[in-house]
Amino acid sequence: MSFRLETGGRLIDRAAPLDFAFDGQDCTGFAGDTLAAALLANDRVMVARSFKYHRPRGAVAAGAEEPNALVGLGQGARFEPNQRATTTELFQGLVAESQNRFPSLAFDIGALNARLARVLPAGFYYKTFLWPRAFWKHVYEPVIRQSAGLGRAPTDPDADRYEHFHAHVDLLVVGGGVAGLQAALVAGRAGAQVLLIEQTAHWGGRAPVDGVQIDGKPADAWIKSALQELKDMDNVSLRTRTQGAGVYDHGYALAHERLTDHAPDTPGPRHRLWKIRARQIVTATGAIERPLAFPGNDVPGVMLAGAVRDYVVNWAVAPGARTVIVTNNDDAYRTALALLDAGLAVPAILDARAVADGPLVQAARARGVRVLTDRAVVKVKGKTRVTGVGIGNAGGIGLPVESIACDAVAMSGGWSPVVHLWSHCGGKLVWDEARAMFRPDAARAPGGQDGQPFVLAAGAANGALAAGACQADAGRAGAAAAAALGLAANAKAAVARAEDEAPMQPIWIMPGRAGPDLRMKMFLDYQNDVKVSDVQLAAREGYESVEHTKRYTTLGMATDQGKLSNINGLAVLADSLGTTIPQVGTTTFRPPYTPLTMGAIAGEARGEIFQPLRRTPMQDWHEDHNAAFEPVGQWRRPYCYPQPGELREAAVYREVSNTRRNVGLLDASTLGKLLVQGPDAGKFLDLVYTNMMSTLKPGRCRYGLMCSENGFLMDDGVVARLSEDAFVCHTTSGGADHVHQHLEEWLQTEWWDLKVHVVNLTEQFAQVAVVGPKARVLLERLGGMDLSKEALSFMWWSEGTLAGIPARVFRISFSGELSFEVAVPAGQGRAFWDACLAAGADLGVMPYGTEALHIMRAEKGFVMIGDETDGTVIPQDLGLDWAVSKKKDDFIGKRAQQRPHMVDPERWKLVGLETLDGSVLPDGAYALDKGQTANGQRNTQGRVTSTYFSPTLGRGIAMGLVRHGPDRMGEVIEFARLDGPPQPARIVSPVFYDPEGEKQNV
Amino acid sequence: MSDPHTPMIAQIAQAPAQGMITLRGALSARKIAAAARAVAGVAMPGPLECRFDGARGIGWMSPDEALILLPRQDVAEALASLQKALVGVHATVVDVSDARAVFRVTGPHAREVLAKLSPADLSPAAFGPGAMRRTRLAQVPVAIWAEGDGAFSLICFRSVAVYVGALLAEAAQPGGAVGYFPSGA
Repeated sequence: MSFRLETGGRLIDRAAPLDFAFDGQDCTGFAGDTLAAALLANDRVMVARSFKYHRPRGAVAAGAEEPNALVGLGQGARFEPNQRATTTELFQGLVAESQNRFPSLAFDIGALNARLARVLPAGFYYKTFLWPRAFWKHVYEPVIRQSAGLGRAPTDPDADRYEHFHAHVDLLVVGGGVAGLQAALVAGRAGAQVLLIEQTAHWGGRAPVDGVQIDGKPADAWIKSALQELKDMDNVSLRTRTQGAGVYDHGYALAHERLTDHAPDTPGPRHRLWKIRARQIVTATGAIERPLAFPGNDVPGVMLAGAVRDYVVNWAVAPGARTVIVTNNDDAYRTALALLDAGLAVPAILDARAVADGPLVQAARARGVRVLTDRAVVKVKGKTRVTGVGIGNAGGIGLPVESIACDAVAMSGGWSPVVHLWSHCGGKLVWDEARAMFRPDAARAPGGQDGQPFVLAAGAANGALAAGACQADAGRAGAAAAAALGLAANAKAAVARAEDEAPMQPIWIMPGRAGPDLRMKMFLDYQNDVKVSDVQLAAREGYESVEHTKRYTTLGMATDQGKLSNINGLAVLADSLGTTIPQVGTTTFRPPYTPLTMGAIAGEARGEIFQPLRRTPMQDWHEDHNAAFEPVGQWRRPYCYPQPGELREAAVYREVSNTRRNVGLLDASTLGKLLVQGPDAGKFLDLVYTNMMSTLKPGRCRYGLMCSENGFLMDDGVVARLSEDAFVCHTTSGGADHVHQHLEEWLQTEWWDLKVHVVNLTEQFAQVAVVGPKARVLLERLGGMDLSKEALSFMWWSEGTLAGIPARVFRISFSGELSFEVAVPAGQGRAFWDACLAAGADLGVMPYGTEALHIMRAEKGFVMIGDETDGTVIPQDLGLDWAVSKKKDDFIGKRAQQRPHMVDPERWKLVGLETLDGSVLPDGAYALDKGQTANGQRNTQGRVTSTYFSPTLGRGIAMGLVRHGPDRMGEVIEFARLDGPPQPARIVSPVFYDPEGEKQNV
Repeated sequence: MSDPHTPMIAQIAQAPAQGMITLRGALSARKIAAAARAVAGVAMPGPLECRFDGARGIGWMSPDEALILLPRQDVAEALASLQKALVGVHATVVDVSDARAVFRVTGPHAREVLAKLSPADLSPAAFGPGAMRRTRLAQVPVAIWAEGDGAFSLICFRSVAVYVGALLAEAAQPGGAVGYFPSGA
């Protein structure tokens, strides 16, 4: 059984007991416990079922690398699946549930899969579900989806808040073990601005557990003094519970701070995602112990040796009363000594090496522990927890020569430096043959913009596993980082000392000549249930690349990203392929180091501030008057204003009819308004518009088209010349920022010699379109300006005051009616709007929305950017040749429009379309042509670009692009429909309403 | 959320209407600098800086753009004076007083509230009084300047004033002090 020891536990506070529940059962622990430690203290060794075979699993590690002990944590709006019990700090009232089991952890139906293991090999899905083909969609996929996934998704909106924080530092040190502390000390003393982050709640890492002495004192004492010195430095910031999640180009790093996971009812954000710009980064991320691949190495109670002594020393928890240790190195003997110190039994140490005689081995022997060399675990007894092991020859085929009763197994296959952060941004690794590990290759470090390294690995993360070397290496890294920052630093580190270790011996499978039956029980990737036999099968089937093998077997693809399985897996692959480990190489290390919550990634962006919604000066009025909104860029524009009991469709038709009959108001404030000013403004506009702008007289307006370099129509709008050297260019609502950027880019990169300024005045003005036969009457009532036909004719503009508000009035029309667009200072936009409504009350003034605007422009055959254009349409397609200058030497898009494809007479061109029965054509429908394509699809000869019911004409109207369309007036063609037979429509002029333009010109 | 015992970590206020004039041109040109100084009462600031004298000042917006701040009622006169002084000079002056909203962020953790939302380096060392940054606040462009005593001003486009106000309020929620910058810095 596993249990709490009477004494000890450097991280727990026995005076602060905590209650928690696991799978509905009440348990107790202490402040300072992790959930994993507390579960073990309550004799809960099995805590989960595995993903594929639903095998019983317990915690195998004690930290972030844990693959097995994943739980559903919290309830309701605070439920979160797949939380690692080993990194979950215990708090009063914690509620957790086991995952991946039905109906219960102890009795699980899915465990049937384990019996089927023989027929569920690597690549099972790829091989099995190929036939019959139809079965995939209707049988296999639904069944697989049902059984896929780990944990269950939360159903309630997250109750917590999250945020980001940006920090700019000289040096980011990731990892608050003794190496990180040492590097921070050295750089901090040199005057660098340092941010030191540690993923757990405690400083010092595992040095205290491993019995390291620093400067002649126990590690704990040195850690305390180092921390005090760091805290006293103004230039050093320290954060616990903050994990270095990723390292990116240009010294950008992400760190994930968990603020209230350990105290959920504290005010403030739950997580904070740090976005750090660091000139230098030191990764002091330590090392992770490797499991040994022996049969049954996944039975609950089999743990990493380092984790076993973590539990004993840090939390006073004994994973078992009798622990057998199996190892290929000296470090695991520390676990034996820690267990003995805690009064626990170590029946045997199985050492795979032929000789074991280092100081730690001698110490264990001296305390009477039975050390068996050249021995392996060949069998683990017990199903839901260890009851004993069978032992045999390390190099044998797995014949047990002896059986030892035990309730825990501590295994160690050596240690792997945590190279993830080093590797995220391109740091390369070198295979250290003697110590059987990949470590950072300092000669191939991640480089910054100057080509110089900006990441330095320190301590165990750099392969300096021994205490003395680790400390010295950290001092070196801290000083090197300071030097890179231009600071003189003293690299001298504290002197750390621990027992010397004899060399380890790489052992990739145990026993060495195990047959297929045993290899099927040797787990490499616990979370995805990948075994030695799976990797070997992949190799036999021709998977040579480690990246392919990873995807075929799913090795390392679980949420732990193969932290425990990586090296063992590729060693097995290398062996199967008859090559070397460095030849096989590693898979790619990708951020984040451990999973981030979606909340932390989103930060503040949720609810009302999920994204910015731009508001016009009249937005409040629209909201107060029941406007139905539609998104236009980040604006929300009124689509229509339904009256009580009125459907949207009816509201739109009413708004069109009222505008055509009386007068309508449109909030056009969202239109882009760019001031283009300077002696060369005309010349510049001639280059960016397709038509001539320099000839425009001050006081006049001209409709203009803007094309991309490739000739495609990009934006349109009315340009008004304010003075000899100033123009206002109107853009589409959604295009304002893009067009502004487009103009600035050309000015800054190509035509920097032109004397032109562009100022985006979109937000400076509210703009109201006053439209309809009674528009002039309405505006004249406001007083202040002569807006008669004589004073202000069509396509002119004028400046003055209306209703006492400074106004610029543009006599332009997008509806075909008498129309004035009035720009007023934004701050007075609402007042002007209100004044118009009041002055026009008896004229029948009503606001209209974007849909009425669309219908009215379609009735007039005016094109709309985004409807008639889609990035592949040129002005000539739309019959806008008149707006494309033939006289100008150049303009953006001119050359492109002369390419053969652009002048091809077969291009589809704009026409109007009328159904024969007055119905409305489906939007986007294709015009059918004779015959089929090579792919057996129907040939097409055009498509619908805009289609509406016209309340003015009482019938459906549409515009479309049709091959030779303008030459085919009166011809009837058919349009495909999804919901019925093709619909015939007649090709007509796109101008359905007032073709002579009499109404707008009054 | 607004537990009286755990106060907001900064105070957010939308400032009343502020006069603003955009000046585009060669900022170091003698005539332009002099014209700006005549209406703003301060010399042209260097890159990433702003200068104030009471209610008037100039902010550096880009290598060829400055923002002149002044009382709203003085804008028309200042525009006229600038235009007169800059006849024959390639420069653009235009009233943008209505285009923007102004916020003031004050209180012990004002700097941290801004650093939650802006990627600019807002540390006291890099962003002291007289510093100005055009940056972004979450998803929208803003300009921020430091006024000293832990107070900051921020301008954004008027259409996103509601969004910016809500962002700042969210970042200033109780319990959100980061403890990274010295309090009140």
